[in-house]
Amino acid sequence: MIGGFFITIKLSAVCLFFSVIIGVIGAWLQGSTFKWTRRFVNGYIQLFRNTPPLVQLYFFYFAIGTLLPTIENDWGGESPLLGSFAWAAISLSFFAGAFNVEIFRSGIEAVPKSTTEAAEALGYTKLQIYVSITLPLAFRVALPALNNNLVNLVKTTTLAYAIAVPDLLYESNQIWSDNVNVTEMMIFLLLAYFFLVGILVAGMNRWERSMKIPGYG
Amino acid sequence: MKLKTLKTIAAACVIAGIGMSTASADILDTIKERGKLIVGVKADYVPYGFLDTSGAIIGIEPELAKDVADKLGVEIEYVPVVSSNRMQFLEQGKVDLMIATMTDKPDRRKVVNIVDPNYYSSGTNVLSLKKLGFKNWDDLDGKPVCGIQGAFYNKATSQQYGAKIVAFKGTAEAYAALKSGNCAAFVYDDSAIVAKTQDDAWSDYEMPLPTIDDAPWGLAVQLGEDAFATLMSEMIVDWHKTGRILELETKYGVANTPFAEAMHEKHK
Repeated sequence: MIGGFFITIKLSAVCLFFSVIIGVIGAWLQGSTFKWTRRFVNGYIQLFRNTPPLVQLYFFYFAIGTLLPTIENDWGGESPLLGSFAWAAISLSFFAGAFNVEIFRSGIEAVPKSTTEAAEALGYTKLQIYVSITLPLAFRVALPALNNNLVNLVKTTTLAYAIAVPDLLYESNQIWSDNVNVTEMMIFLLLAYFFLVGILVAGMNRWERSMKIPGYG
Repeated sequence: MKLKTLKTIAAACVIAGIGMSTASADILDTIKERGKLIVGVKADYVPYGFLDTSGAIIGIEPELAKDVADKLGVEIEYVPVVSSNRMQFLEQGKVDLMIATMTDKPDRRKVVNIVDPNYYSSGTNVLSLKKLGFKNWDDLDGKPVCGIQGAFYNKATSQQYGAKIVAFKGTAEAYAALKSGNCAAFVYDDSAIVAKTQDDAWSDYEMPLPTIDDAPWGLAVQLGEDAFATLMSEMIVDWHKTGRILELETKYGVANTPFAEAMHEKHK
């Protein structure tokens, strides 16, 4: 049970981290001057935004997972390179990352062109402008939307139980099957997720407040 | 706006009230009025309840359910259930009757009305690669073992024998995970594994361990539906007496189980 709770936290943390990274890099690549880079990022967004996360999980675990090379394991058999936790982390990161790219784009587009032009005039390179000027300003605009998406991501980690990641929901399911205490477990589950997401929301709101610039956005 | 919400809530309460009042009436009357018996069966458990090529649910348990519908003179509707939701479906009245490979357990009897006598029995075993050469249950210690979410033997396999259970929603996922090497074995009912080892695609696999936990299966109706339970009890005795279960086992290619034979002897 407590193990399941930690797996949920671990999975959420890993996915939060990578999805934000994907979002930042993706949004940067989207502003690229190369046509094919932009097309590639847009293709990725369409693919992951337009398919259900459960289908993606199944696809990664059962389709891609079986195509990868296998490794000899300690019980004398052959097992796939990546386990269910790794696939869940990859799949959910890409899923939330696709949304994050669009969220960051909306933030970037809200940064006045005159600001970036001023930075350019001061001799900043493209990457420097993105890292030191655009992104910090864009972050402030994008935070409420990002907040939303990350809350959704934490809740979406429950889907990982379909590919047997022993998370909170998975453990609870086994407990209510063994002990037939469905009602109690349902109440517990609801409160546990409420608590977990509550912490995330509180943290994000704090961050939002601390990044506020008076008179901007 | 607020008034509208209140009205909606009131309407919902009324509807819920109607639903509850029909549930408390005798279910047999409800079934006859409806002209249809709704039965929860497995749809992923060859040969007890599975899908044929047209997508219809067939198998030993659906046929038994059909006998009940014929006896009542009504149509039949199958609702596919899985181990983790079958009792809830029955409790909530989504199905009238549940025949879904459920092991008869005392704590389950508190939630649903499991009808005596038991209609079937099976034990727990594993399906694993022949080359792994498992001999007894302790060999599973520390190894990942596929299972089905909500099955009771997950607990025993992990706590007594130290296996790491990797549980999936349905058997198809578990078989796929076993085949791709995500687990060393698949813990499941021996009756289903026997059927699987006869499949050509699974010729590298075997059922190597001694069967444990041989336990009776129970079909169930909602708590309080005593008239229906009495009827079902008579049906089960009749199935044993006429050898109906043995006949269905043969029809679906399962070796006659000792339990079914013993019950047939007893009630003959």
